[in-house]
Amino acid sequence: MSADLLGIAIIDILLFTFLVVTAIAIMHLRNLFAVVMLAGVFSLLSASLFVTLDAVDVAFTEAAVGAGISTVLMLGTLALTVREEKKPAHSVFLPVLVCLVAGAALIYGTLDMPAFGSADAPIHLHVAPAYIERTPIDTGVPNIVTAVLASYRGYDTLGETAVIFTAAIAVLLLLGAGIRQSGKDGGKE
Amino acid sequence: MPDIVLDLDFALGHYNYWMFVILMMTGLYVTVSRGNLIKKIVGLNLFQTSVFMLYISMGKIIGGTAPILTGDPDTVYSNPLPHVLILTAIVVGIATTALALALVIRISETLGTVEEDDILKMEHEMDFGVRKPGGGSR
Repeated sequence: MSADLLGIAIIDILLFTFLVVTAIAIMHLRNLFAVVMLAGVFSLLSASLFVTLDAVDVAFTEAAVGAGISTVLMLGTLALTVREEKKPAHSVFLPVLVCLVAGAALIYGTLDMPAFGSADAPIHLHVAPAYIERTPIDTGVPNIVTAVLASYRGYDTLGETAVIFTAAIAVLLLLGAGIRQSGKDGGKE
Repeated sequence: MPDIVLDLDFALGHYNYWMFVILMMTGLYVTVSRGNLIKKIVGLNLFQTSVFMLYISMGKIIGGTAPILTGDPDTVYSNPLPHVLILTAIVVGIATTALALALVIRISETLGTVEEDDILKMEHEMDFGVRKPGGGSR
């Protein structure tokens, strides 16, 4: 138990150090191209973290969607807008205070949480064992995540698809309207 | 409480949660303190990804394996339910990011800027027809 925990902890500490360094670099840099690239690096690092935490499905989705599609979308936006962020004009005192207070409250909240990786945490005792036990009998799908996503909670996934469809229509409407307008009267309303 | 906090096992057992708080607050700080709308969206993505880390950390069991059936009855599986939730959250997250970026492009086309301060100044001029004294609002 302790040796296993130590092994995972070393990988965790390494990955989290990289993640924090990347996040701080994103905070400081004003070149938006570098910021977007670092956001892709952040996504890829978090995908590696998900692999060490046994969430392989989440890891490849995060690598494909977070590091792939979202970087492409952001680069497209940069090509159509600006490359450099302006220096912030107002003071950072209030945001820092808000973040420190919220962070302190959250850390206080984690003190009561069960230790990382313990098998008797409440999350593992409620319905999860039932899903693990019944997946091969009910669905025959070896991957439990797929079974829950597509079979047990199929309607939720349908709802998720509806969300993506709505977002896609909204994006097309927003961008399509812009192209037509600028074609007609030179982008001036 | 202080003697528990200094305990190494306790620190290792909560390290993931503390790191998630640090990353999440970095994301929140980028979102609220930076005026550039694209950087705000990157900050929101940081915030979102750190929430994913919290959920996936809670689902992990030490000595467990990925929740793919091995056929061996003694196998311990990590909790698959947070994984399902977060898969949905990632996909919904990219949908909101795409929508936000489309809005940024429209704002940039209409107003010619993606800086919050400039946008607020222009809105003030549109509303009152005068330049606001001192410049920055809020």
